[in-house]
Amino acid sequence: MRYEAPETVEGATALLAGSAGEARVLAGGTDLLVQMRADIVDPALIVDIKGIAETRAVTEDKGGWRIGAAVTGAELKEHARLKQAWPGVVEAANLIGSTQVQGRATLGGNLCNGSPAADSVPALIAAGAVAILAGPQGRRELPVEDVMLGPRKLALGKGEFVVSFRLPPRPPRSSDAYLRFIPRTEMDIAVVGAGVSLTVDASGTIMDARVSLGAVAPRVLLVREAAQAIVGSRLERGAQDRLEAAARAACAPIDDKRGTIEFRIQVAGVLARRAALIALDRARTN
Amino acid sequence: MAKHHIETTVNGDAVEFLCETEDTLLDVLRDTLNMTGSKEGCASGDCGACSVTLDGRLVCSCLVLGCEVAGRRIETIEGMARGETLHPLQKKFLEHAALQCGICTPGFLVASRALLERNPNPSDTEIRYWLAGNLCRCTGYDKIVSAVKDAAVAMRKG
Repeated sequence: MRYEAPETVEGATALLAGSAGEARVLAGGTDLLVQMRADIVDPALIVDIKGIAETRAVTEDKGGWRIGAAVTGAELKEHARLKQAWPGVVEAANLIGSTQVQGRATLGGNLCNGSPAADSVPALIAAGAVAILAGPQGRRELPVEDVMLGPRKLALGKGEFVVSFRLPPRPPRSSDAYLRFIPRTEMDIAVVGAGVSLTVDASGTIMDARVSLGAVAPRVLLVREAAQAIVGSRLERGAQDRLEAAARAACAPIDDKRGTIEFRIQVAGVLARRAALIALDRARTN
Repeated sequence: MAKHHIETTVNGDAVEFLCETEDTLLDVLRDTLNMTGSKEGCASGDCGACSVTLDGRLVCSCLVLGCEVAGRRIETIEGMARGETLHPLQKKFLEHAALQCGICTPGFLVASRALLERNPNPSDTEIRYWLAGNLCRCTGYDKIVSAVKDAAVAMRKG
């Protein structure tokens, strides 16, 4: 097994594209090393992208933000200005695993691990985040909701990897929130996750919203109907009910040991409503 | 292919070793450098028995490759006592009997030290959340939380 730690994006794409056997990108390693240990994957080449400065940086970018794919959860938590602008994205990333896992786990890895239950992904989708991809043909941008096609299936070509994420500029009175259900308080995988991002006008009416649900379908969902249900409202009881109904209607979950289909659908509505209320409260005071 | 030749720093000492790509930092510490204080509990990042700090950041050494640590600064349980003088956390774990079999203890100590470096006066809740990735199957956690709180008091007094 070969290990390479290139310092340029071009170096990484050339290695990934040129590998005859299976090549895997290493960011935080909290999924990859476990899968290697369990003999689920046995790559011929590991490309550690942490030596590429762009993957490790958090920068303000034309009024928005650029977050490197290999920035850790612990580093996001310590970034006060990012937390102020995107509290939902940061709280979602911080729900992944333990303190030790937070020291390594990254947004890029959480997305590219390809799990429908990934905690940071609904928050990124709700935020309108765009993944910046690099490959042998150069760079392209893909909305985060289009990166994952299904469990362990990504829309990345050979030699392509996620370099960073771009979060859009934030109008005044905007905020976001992420909630998940797990049967304990810490250290578990989402049974259902819900991310909501919204902007209100000076009177407190929702002008714009995005709602995303995790662990209720083969991929993390952007639920446009749920957003439409609350735009133009102040999240009065009627709008909350419409949001819950739209969220539930989008669900196509599986039964497994962590939750039944019926339970996941029910909880998806509840979490979407609660996340929207938190986002609204934050937006009004932001 | 040839092994990787890695130069790094462990507990302030310059160290070099050879490793295969798939060797974790925990494998290197225990099997190559003979520093067996860090334990392998789960080898999947769930139990925290292999906790070390990497450039001051708390991580599971079972989730780090040996070849990733070139030029980094690693702190393990072996660097915690100063000669024969135990670290306040080690003293308080003994006083509070916050261990039975001891397998989880090095991880708890390293993780607790990382907490107290950031937060010298943590609440019970903050301690429990910070240590949620360290599993103990013997004592329950109350004595551990008490020991960490008591050590925090002792360390604040200096």
